[in-house]
Parts: sequence; structure tokens; C-alpha cells
Amino acid sequence: MVVTAILITGVSRQLGARFARSLAARDDLDVIGVDVLPPKYDIGRTRYIRADIRNAAIGRLLSGSGVETVVHLGMVSSPAETGGMAMMKEINVIGTMQLLAACQTSTSVRRLVVRSTAGVYGASPRDPARFTEEMTARVEPRSGFGRDAREIESFVSRLARRRPDLVVSVLRLAELMGAHTDSALAGYLALPVVPAPMGYDARLQFLHPSDAVTALELVAGADHPGTFNIGAADVVTLRQALAVLGRPAIGVPERLVAPVAAVGRRTGTADMSADRIDAVTYGRCMDTSRFAAATGFTPQYSTRAALEDFAAGLRPGRFRAPRLGQLAAGVIGSALGPARPAARAGSAGDRRA
Amino acid sequence: MIWMDDHRDDHEPNQDQQGRDQQGRDQQGRDHDQERPTEFARLLTELGGAAQRFLAGLRELPVEDLRTLGDDPLRELINLGARLGVDWSGTADELSEFVRRRMSGDYAVDEFGFDPEFTTTIVLPALRQLARTWFRVEVQGAENIPADGAALLVSNHAGGLPIDALVLQSVIYDEIERHSRTLGADLVFATPYAGDFARKIGVTLACQEDAERLLGNGELVTVFPEGFKGLGKLYSERYKLQRFGRGGFVSAAARARVPIVPISIIGSEEIYPQIVHLPALARILGVPYFPVTPLFPLLGVLGMIPLPSKWIIRFGEQIATDELPDGAADDPMVVYNVTDQVRETIQQTLYALLGERRGIFG
Repeated sequence: MVVTAILITGVSRQLGARFARSLAARDDLDVIGVDVLPPKYDIGRTRYIRADIRNAAIGRLLSGSGVETVVHLGMVSSPAETGGMAMMKEINVIGTMQLLAACQTSTSVRRLVVRSTAGVYGASPRDPARFTEEMTARVEPRSGFGRDAREIESFVSRLARRRPDLVVSVLRLAELMGAHTDSALAGYLALPVVPAPMGYDARLQFLHPSDAVTALELVAGADHPGTFNIGAADVVTLRQALAVLGRPAIGVPERLVAPVAAVGRRTGTADMSADRIDAVTYGRCMDTSRFAAATGFTPQYSTRAALEDFAAGLRPGRFRAPRLGQLAAGVIGSALGPARPAARAGSAGDRRA
Repeated sequence: MIWMDDHRDDHEPNQDQQGRDQQGRDQQGRDHDQERPTEFARLLTELGGAAQRFLAGLRELPVEDLRTLGDDPLRELINLGARLGVDWSGTADELSEFVRRRMSGDYAVDEFGFDPEFTTTIVLPALRQLARTWFRVEVQGAENIPADGAALLVSNHAGGLPIDALVLQSVIYDEIERHSRTLGADLVFATPYAGDFARKIGVTLACQEDAERLLGNGELVTVFPEGFKGLGKLYSERYKLQRFGRGGFVSAAARARVPIVPISIIGSEEIYPQIVHLPALARILGVPYFPVTPLFPLLGVLGMIPLPSKWIIRFGEQIATDELPDGAADDPMVVYNVTDQVRETIQQTLYALLGERRGIFG
């Protein structure tokens, strides 16, 4: 049996581990997982190699193991994961540069998959309802993962020009959401009381991690060159999401949003960078039809189902919907109850007498 | 105040000829300064009459209900609403079920943020009252609104606040039970609450991508090509259509091969008679214009109550785009010609309707 070697970066993080575990269950693959930290999550039969992608040693690893497919998931989406913006930028940008340089010189690599994010589209009031892959951000993301991902994508397209024989796929993933998802946005939504931009109700689009893994498997296992948006088809609004999670929202006036977020970052309560704040203010949604047309992929989880899966893995909020809804229904029911005409006539008569 | 009496006598027959007359008068080079007080005198006289009628109507208000409001506010408000003709569209059970659903987030919004349940249950009933009772909207040519399939509805835009867009949406729903989807400026979506509300009732950003996506989904799409130029018109410029942008809406319709329905609205131009603009204040506030009307900002929020002008909305005959040659959407000449045709149709209909209307508040 021919065994294909596949290298996955970032296996100590949630998505990397999940993807590695799923691939390692197959017999025809030799799955090599790379990260600087030992895996926190179960990675199954993956061969873990402690390596830093910012180091040239990654090139020797590629040629030494005859790696055919490289799946780059080793980017950091939030500064809190690594301790600081500078570190995050270094891992995302310098790390990707090194890894891509190694791929370029390697003779064995013939397929490259790079994770990107919906954050490349930014979020602003000038956005169309859905972004297709050809569109660019109306307002460039100023900071954070979205901006790093734009740089990463530009390195990738340069590599694709220099090595036309490589099959390069870039997946722009929507925000991951599912049971026990550990991300900046998930941490924010799970706060006991959620500060939300006042007067805005952003459209949110999620992607369940199991769907993300399926999409990654599709591009890692067959040639699908190009850039693809990956996400569930539907949207929920921020207020709907908070209602589902049972989290009360406090409206934060526009001018106070940045200072409040800064306090959240300083205290480690919520790691909301400027680009994420824009996303929960103006909302963002991607058109995912190109990937569906190329691969026949349909997500198993809708945005709402992904959110409900996340809610199920979470401690129920104080304002759990059924409780609050029953309360409200009770109040209105008694106000409009069957005794309505009589009660009105009675009380009105009493007052006037 | 003398000029007021002066003109009360001579204006009687048809004040609404003004829109038409004015063009002629401009050509004759007649002095604008003299004309302005006349216009407002007429406006105020008519307003006086309308106020009298309103006060007469007010006497029929259920005063008892107001007196006992404090006892049980919610119940009394619902009862009062029912007495005043608000259709709560459902029993108490349905209403509480509705509230439960809303509070648990158990409702659907589409990719544009449109919330059909909220729109049909909360917004449209309120707008129906506004359209029927306040503006006494008269609809003409409803048979020209397509009952199914995509179409692009193009209308004039005026009145300081986009109330015409809301009324039009409500009227279309009442005629054919379809939600029309309006395209709005990006400023709307950058404004807290306004943008949120707009998305919930089905408005999305006026851009080629969204227009084509909506038309591709088979929706009715409403555009106001005049944009802020139309909304911010001064009272003296009423019923004179502004420039129709670059005709992007025609390209969108031609590409999707859907018909264009020209819509002429009269009445919307008198709800906030804008006397002057304060550009410096507008710049500070970051808004496209800051209007001064006879009541705003003089009376503050009260000054924002629209004047109860009489509205007529006429849906014109459909203009087909499927017979245009291939590539017409990208041909500036074709696009310009169709844009001009739509604009002319609306403008001529506006003049014709003004002739029909008895008076601003008639």
C-alpha cells in the first residue's frame, strides 16, 4: 500500500488537533503533526514532531519525510493565545513565510492547503450582504487576524505564481462555533453579561469545527486549487445568539466600545480586537457557493445548529430563554387573559367612583 | 403677516399647479425671494384647516381609557390600541407566544438581516395606520406591481426622512402581500438603531452586488436613485427630480432581465417643508444635510412629526429590459437612455398627479 505523507501545522490547537485526529484514523496516510507546544487535545495516531515553523529546520523535515501535502493551520487568531500582538504577528507572518519558502524548495510537496479567515473581508457599513471570493474588503481590517490573514494570502499567491505545479487551496473559514469551541468570539459570547454595541445587531455566520474538518479533508485529499469561503449558509444576529445562549446584553455606546474592549483585554475577560469588534457591530456573511460547486460540500451544521451545539456545552446563562420567555408570556397572558372585558370595566368604574 | 391674507384670496383654485408653474416662472426669471413667503403662506393656511379637522377627530378619542392608563399600563395600552384601530393580529395567546419566541431568539433572519416576522407583526401594522390615517394614501395602478417574480421598483424620494420608503413598503405589502426590499445608503447602516431597524425590515446596502443578489432571489427591489439629493431637497424644489445617479439600477435590472416599474409619489415632498439647510452644522454632525423646517428644530422632537399631507402613489407601466440587446447592462448609452426614460416617466406622472390633487392636505 502506498502511504502518503501529510504534514499539519498547529496541531496543539483545537482545529489542528481535530483535523489531525480525523486524518490519522486512515491507514493510507502518514500524518505528521507539527507545533511548538505539545498537543493539548487528542491527536490520535498522528506523529507529533516538536518544531517551530519559523525555523529553517521545517524544510529538512519536509524533504526527510517526503511530505506530499502540507496543511497550514498553525496561525494564531487571537493575541491572548500566544501572549501579545507582536508574537502573534511573528507566528502568523514570519512562520508562514518560512513554511512557504520550505514548500517552494521542496521537491516532494505537490499540494498546499492554507487556512484563512472571513476576517480578510473586514466589516463595515459599506459591505454587501455576502462576500464572494473575488470581492475585497470595503474597509481594510486594521489589525488582528484579518490583517495577518491578508498578508498570509498574499504570500500564498506569490508562491502559487512561482510554483505553478503546486496545487494551492486557501480556505477562508467563518468563525468556528461548536461544543467547547475555544476562540476569542466564543469567549466573548460566553461572558455572563455581554457588552454589545448599542443600536447594532450584527449578522453572524458560523462554521462548526466538524464541517471545517470535512472541508479541509476535501481539499487535502483532492485537487481543488483556488480560494474558497467556508461557512454555514444561514446567519443569526448577535442578539439572537445571546438569547439562545441565555446571556443578557448590555448596550455599549459607540464611543465607549473601544475603551470597554481595552478593559476586557487588559483583564483577560474577553479578547476582542478591533477587527472582531467591527464584525460584531456591522456583521459579515460570506457567499459559500463556490466551494459547494467545486466539491459538492454542504455543511452539516447550520449557523444556528452550531450555536446551539456551543450553548449545549456551556453553563446555562442566567437569562435562559425558556425561563425568561415563560415569565414574559405569563405577564402578558394575565394582562390579556380571559377576564379582559370584565376586569377593565370593573377597574375603570372603581377609579371614577 | 400681511402677505398671508393677501394670498389667501388669490390661491384658492389649485395650489398644486405650483410644481408645474414654477418651472415656467423660473424661465421668466421672476424673483425667488418674493415667491418663497407666498408658498409658505399657502402651506400654513392649508395646515390650519388640517389642524382643525384633526382637533375635531381628537374629540372622539376614548378619554376614559387614557385616565385609567396608570392602573395597568400594558393592558390599557393594548386596549387603547385596539380602540384606535390597531389590529393586534391575534389573540392574547398568540401574542404571548410571539413574545416568547422573540425573547428566546427563535425566529429567522435572512442573509440580509431581514426579519419577516418582526416586519409583518410589528412594523407593517404601524405603517398601515400611518399610511391610511395620517397620509390618506391613494394607490393608483396597483396592477402594475408584479405579483410574482423579480422586478425593480424605481421611485422619487423626498421629505427629509425616508418616510416615503416605509410607506411604499407598507402599501406594496397591502396590495400584493409581498415584501419589497429597499436599497439604502451606507450612512443608514453606519447609524446606530437606524441601520439595525433598516436591516430588520428588509433594507440592504445600495450596491450592485446586493441588488443583483436580491433580483436573483426573485425579490421585488425598491430603489430611490435620487438618494440624499432627493431627501434633502428644499421646499421650493419640490417635485423636481434630482439627478438619477449613474444609472446603476438600470444595469442591475438589465443584467437580471427584470422589468422596471416607475413609481411616482406625491405628498411625501410636503411632510417636512425644508426652508434652508445648515451645512456647517451638518458637517459637524456628519450628516448629509441639516434641514430647518417651520417646526424643526424649533419644536425639537415635536417638530419631527410629519405634516399630514395627502399622498398619491402611482405605479406606472412596467418597462421591460429583457428585450435589450446582450451586453446592454455594460453599455453606457443604453443604460443612460433607459435611466432617462424612467426619470421622465416619473417626472411627468408627478406633474399629472399634482394636477389631480385638490390640495396639499386635501
